[in-house]
Amino acid sequence: MIKSFKKNIKGILIEGLTLSSALIIIAIVVVMFTVILIGGKDQITWEFLTSFPEDGMTKGGIFPAIYGTALLVIIMSVAAVPFGTITAIYLTEYAKENSVIAKTIRFAVRTLAVIPSIIYGLFGLGFFIKFVGTQMDNAFLGGQLKWGQPNILWASLTMALLTLPVVIVSVEEALKTVPKDLRAASLALGATKWQTIWKVVIPGSISGIMTGTILAVSRAAGEVAPILFTGVAYYLATLPGSLSDQFMVLGYHIYVMSTQSANVDQTMPIQFGTTLVLLMLTFILNFTAIILRYRIRKKKTD
Amino acid sequence: MTKKPKKRKKSEAPNSGLIDITQKKFRWSDYLAEKIIKGVAFLSITIIILIFIFVFRESLPIFASSKSLEHSEATSNTTEVQETYGEVTDQQPIVEEVQETYGEVTDQSDVQETYGEVRDTSSAKSQVESYVVSDGSGYDDNQSALKSLMSKDWYPVSEKPRFGLFSLIIGTFKITVISILFAAPLAILAAVYTASFAGKRLKEIIKPTIELLAGFPSVVIGFFALMVLATFLQEVFHYDTRLNSFVGGIAMGIAAIPIIFTITEDALTAVPKTFNEASLALGASKWQTAFFVILPAATPGIFAAILLGIGRVFGETMIALMATGNAAQMGMNPFESVRTLAATIGAEMAEVVFGDTHYNVLFLIGSLLFIFTFVINAIAEFYVKGKLMKRIQGK
Repeated sequence: MIKSFKKNIKGILIEGLTLSSALIIIAIVVVMFTVILIGGKDQITWEFLTSFPEDGMTKGGIFPAIYGTALLVIIMSVAAVPFGTITAIYLTEYAKENSVIAKTIRFAVRTLAVIPSIIYGLFGLGFFIKFVGTQMDNAFLGGQLKWGQPNILWASLTMALLTLPVVIVSVEEALKTVPKDLRAASLALGATKWQTIWKVVIPGSISGIMTGTILAVSRAAGEVAPILFTGVAYYLATLPGSLSDQFMVLGYHIYVMSTQSANVDQTMPIQFGTTLVLLMLTFILNFTAIILRYRIRKKKTD
Repeated sequence: MTKKPKKRKKSEAPNSGLIDITQKKFRWSDYLAEKIIKGVAFLSITIIILIFIFVFRESLPIFASSKSLEHSEATSNTTEVQETYGEVTDQQPIVEEVQETYGEVTDQSDVQETYGEVRDTSSAKSQVESYVVSDGSGYDDNQSALKSLMSKDWYPVSEKPRFGLFSLIIGTFKITVISILFAAPLAILAAVYTASFAGKRLKEIIKPTIELLAGFPSVVIGFFALMVLATFLQEVFHYDTRLNSFVGGIAMGIAAIPIIFTITEDALTAVPKTFNEASLALGASKWQTAFFVILPAATPGIFAAILLGIGRVFGETMIALMATGNAAQMGMNPFESVRTLAATIGAEMAEVVFGDTHYNVLFLIGSLLFIFTFVINAIAEFYVKGKLMKRIQGK
C-alpha cells in the first residue's frame, strides 16, 4: 500500500512538473501580450494609425510605417506565393517521393527555413543591390545610381526568399489532402496531368495556399533583420511612390524608437502603440492561419 | 493475354496509319508546364547556392593581400547610403555604449603589446569621429586585419582597426548556452505533457498558444525584453548592467521555445502506440511510460529540436541588438553585456563603407553564421532522422 502510494506521489509530482512547464510557457505568452496591450491600448486611435510622425518622431502617428509594411508584404507575396506554390506542386505531383532531386529540394527548403534572417539581409545587399542593381544601373541608366541602392523592391524580394519555405511547406501539406481518387478520376476522363493539376488539385487546395500566404505575410510583417540594410528607412516625409524608393516599416520603427531615439521615455507610449499594432497584425494573421490549417487537417482525417 | 496486345501496339503503331487512342497526344502545354514547374522547383536549391556564393564573395577580399581596384569606385557609390542612415549614427546610444567598453577593455588588454601601439582611453573618442567620417582609410593593410581576426579586440572603426572575432564568438556562445538552458527544459517538459498526459481540451489550448508564440515577431520579443523583462530581472537579481547576456538569453529562449516544443512534440507523437501499450501492459504507470519508454525512444528527435533551437538563437539579430547591451566583452559573468555575431552585422552594416575591410569582415561573420546553421541543419536532418527512423522501426 505505502509503496504504491509513494509511487503515486512521485507520478503526480512528475506530471505536475511537466504541466507547470506548459503553464509557464502559456503564462509567458499571456504576460507579454497583456503588458503590450496595457502599454499600448490608449495609444491606438484613428489619428495614430492615419497620421505622419511629428516633432522628430515624438508625436503623431505611424501611418507611413503601416503603409510601408503593407506595401512590402504585398510585393513579397506576389514574388513568394507563385514560386512557393509551384515548388510544392513539383514536390507532390511530379517528383518521386524518394528521388535524389526531391530529397535535395526538400533539404534546401528546410535549410532556407533555418538560415538566420540577417544572412538574407547580407545576401540582399550583396546580390540584389550590389550585383543585380548595379548591373541594371550600368546597363540601362549608364551608371546613374537608381537600383544599386537600398529600396523597397530589393527589400521585398529579400523578404520573399525568407518566406518561400513557409509557403512551400503549407501548400505541400494542403496538396497532400486532395484525395488520390480525384486525380485518378480526372486522368481517367482524359485530362492531361497539367489539366488535372490546374482544374482539380489547385482548386482543392486553395485554402492551403491561403494559409501559406497568410503565414508568409505575418512572418514578413514582423521580420526586421533582412531589411535593415536593403531598403528600410528611419524616417521619410513622403510615402514610397515607386519601387526604387525607401520605405518605413513597423518593426524597424519599434527598434529605432526604443534603442536609438534621443528621448526614449518621451516616446514610450508611441513605442508601445506601434508594438501593439504590429502584434495585433501578426496575431490576427496567425490566428486565421491556425484556424484554416485546423480545417485542412480535419479534412485530411475525415 | 494482356501483354500481347501491348507489344503489338508498340511495334505496329509507327508503321500503320491508324491513330492509337491509348497513346496520349503530345501536348506542348503539358510539356512546357512540367518543364517550368521543374525549373522553378530548383529555385530553392539555386537560392542556397547563391547565398553561399554571394555572402562568401563579399568576404573574400580580406584574404587577398592586395587592395582590389573596386574599392575606389565603390566608395563613391555608398556615400548616399551613408547619408540616409546618417541620422541614426548621430544619435545612436549603442555607439556610446560600445565606446565606453572600448575604454574598459583597452585598459586591461595585453594586445597592445603585440601590436606595439600605445592606446589610451582618450582614443576612444576619435573612434566615434572616424565612425562617421570613415572613408575607408583603415583598410590599408588587410594583412594586419586578417591577423587580428583571432584576437579578442573588436575595434572596427579605430585608426588601426582590429577585427577580433573572439569576443563576439564568446558572446554568442554565452547567450546560446543561457537561452538553451532556459528554453530546452521548459519546452521539452511541456511537450512531454502535451504528448503523454494532456487531455484533448488542454492540448487544444497549449498547441495554438505555442503556435502564436512562434508568430511573435522577434522585434516584439526584443522590445518586451528591453522595456519590461530587463527591469524585472534587474529588480530580482540586483545586478549592475541593465542589459546583459542573461536578459538577452532569456528573451532568445522565449523565441526558441516554439521550435524546440514543436519538434519534440512531433518526435514524441511519432513513437508508435505499441510502445506505449506494451509498457502499460507490463504494469508501468503513465509517467514511467512517458519518461522511460517514450522519451528515450524519441531522443534523436529531441536532439534535433535542441540543435535547431541553437541555430535559431545563434542567428537571432533583433533580440540581440535590443536586449544584450551590445558591448564586446570576454568575461564569463552572465550579468555582463555582450555582443553577438549577428547583432554586430545588424548594428554596423548600415554605417560601413562598401568595399572596406570592415565591410568584408562583416560578410565573413555572415559566412560563419551561414556555415554554422547549415551544418546544424544538416546534422539534424540526416544523422538524427536516420537514427530516429531506425529506432522506431526497430532495426
